Amino acid sequence: MTALFNWFAQIGSIARFGLMSIPQRRGAVTATVFGIAGVVLVFVGVLSIAAGFRRAMANSGSADAAIVLRSGSDSEMVSGLGRNDTRLIADAPGVARNAAGPLSSAELFVIINLPKRSTGTDANVPLRGVEAAATSVRDNLRITAGRMFEWGRNEVIVGAGAAREFAGLEVGGSVKVGRETWPVVGEFTAGGGVAESEVWSDAKVLQAAYNRGDSFQSVYVRLNSAGAFQEFKDALTANPQLSVKVLRQSEHFAEQSTAMMKLITTLGYLIAFLMAVGAVFGALNTMYSAVAARTREIATLRALGFGRGAVVIALMIESLLLAVGGGIVGAGLAYLAFNNFHAATINWQSFSMVAFAFAVTPALLVQGIFWATGIGLIGGLLPALRAARLPIAAALREL
Amino acid sequence: MSDQPATNGALVRVEGVEKVFHRGTEDIHVLANLNLQVPAGEFLALMGPSGSGKSTLLNLIGGLDRPTKGRVSVAGDHIEKLSDHQLAAWRARHIGFVFQLYNLIPVLTAERNVELPLLLTHLTKAERRKHVETALAMVGLTHRAQHYPRTLSGGEQQRVGIARGIVTDPTLLLCDEPTGDLDRKSGDEILNLLQALNREHGKTIIMVTHDPHASARASRTVYLNKGELTNTPLA
Repeated sequence: MTALFNWFAQIGSIARFGLMSIPQRRGAVTATVFGIAGVVLVFVGVLSIAAGFRRAMANSGSADAAIVLRSGSDSEMVSGLGRNDTRLIADAPGVARNAAGPLSSAELFVIINLPKRSTGTDANVPLRGVEAAATSVRDNLRITAGRMFEWGRNEVIVGAGAAREFAGLEVGGSVKVGRETWPVVGEFTAGGGVAESEVWSDAKVLQAAYNRGDSFQSVYVRLNSAGAFQEFKDALTANPQLSVKVLRQSEHFAEQSTAMMKLITTLGYLIAFLMAVGAVFGALNTMYSAVAARTREIATLRALGFGRGAVVIALMIESLLLAVGGGIVGAGLAYLAFNNFHAATINWQSFSMVAFAFAVTPALLVQGIFWATGIGLIGGLLPALRAARLPIAAALREL
Repeated sequence: MSDQPATNGALVRVEGVEKVFHRGTEDIHVLANLNLQVPAGEFLALMGPSGSGKSTLLNLIGGLDRPTKGRVSVAGDHIEKLSDHQLAAWRARHIGFVFQLYNLIPVLTAERNVELPLLLTHLTKAERRKHVETALAMVGLTHRAQHYPRTLSGGEQQRVGIARGIVTDPTLLLCDEPTGDLDRKSGDEILNLLQALNREHGKTIIMVTHDPHASARASRTVYLNKGELTNTPLA
């Protein structure tokens, strides 16, 4: 027990001398700390895009809400349902009802072109035709400016994200739909969900404008409870009159974001890895110079009886502390720079823009500091081993 | 080569020691079949020209290096048989080192530098402080305890080095050119101190030096030339 305590005391002393001598090596130390901070900043920054995108998608659907598409469809874009299908779906068991009838909204989905505010270039914006239950089958839908469009009239309301990203989408503005121009009468939020990137109108009006007859692409329903989903799904898939795919809304939106998530996450890890390789060399350089500057000091301690293992661990601790310091600086900067930064990107599954905010989550911050720790471990190990292997007799005379 | 008189009660025994360094494909024989005994309480000066192997011999006795052949024992411990780990603990217990360039830790005060070897013991903080005070008093530096090495003169730094060397009351004090980096006056003070430690406190000291003025203070001087020991200086 005392031997162990003695060993810890040795490690503590050597690590303390190393840290106390940092002011004498402040140039190299600062470069390393900021090198590692840079890696963590970029890593957390890139992955906060993915986290923000995932959050936007996850906020779009709750567990007690479902979406029905034609069987084999990957997205609403390629789905198609007739009026008869949508009625059977609305009347299926498990669908919640209110005084007006089942909470079911048959919807269609077209893409219109609008100029982006930032660049002035055209981009795809989803224009969704909805039914009266649309606000009940989604969570947190709220008109924040203007009013709801009137049913049967050529009017639109716009999501807050779409209004922020595209020109002409403010209340009082207008959008070109087919050959007509429809006024924007209201703006809504949807708890940060994907609906905020859309423009909405009455489904019937939109069907007429696009000559869609009485066809739809999806049905959004509110279920009696999250547990009612299986009953609802089984009823629809067992119905020989229907050929449909039934998903919880939360699952649907998660599926919609997979391509984007994969791309951003892979890119994030790749960039972070390449930068980390560079930062490891920075850390190696700093710790090698720390060992070189302290060769005689380390040899003196070894001569006095300090153990080889204590030297290795103490230098590793120093390297780790510098790296974790860099990690905390990088994570802090990433939080300040990226958290809630608003952006829009194309969703590859719907080929339309999704507005979202970068999300620097606690998990990402921890991951960033974890990367920094890895850099510190690798960067500290070789110099520490070198210090431990120094021939004491020769090193004692180093100047 | 000349054998030293056999001393049964010798504290340090070097028997048939050979040391070969390898540089590339070349073998450099630094010490050849060397024998030396140092009785307890002796102040031995080890002289010889540069490259004669003085420091190598000191390193072997201090357990900083291992002989290629032969045996080295201090106070009955055969140090060539100890593992690296055991050797480190053995040095902490038995050896006090004094270096030519003082080798103080620049970020620590004189007091903390002297305390260093005590961190390897089981002494409490209060006990360590007492030992440090005693050691600093013995070298006459009580008033400089809180000073950092850079604010001390060379002579004062070496006195801190000696205090660090004796603070654990080691079996043996090994001094490698302790006055080599000092002016004559400071060097004399250091030699006075070493002599006092030997005469008044019975410390066994082995001092490597190439300065006859320094070796004159020792109770015995041996000369090393081309890896061999003699009792007489070189012509």
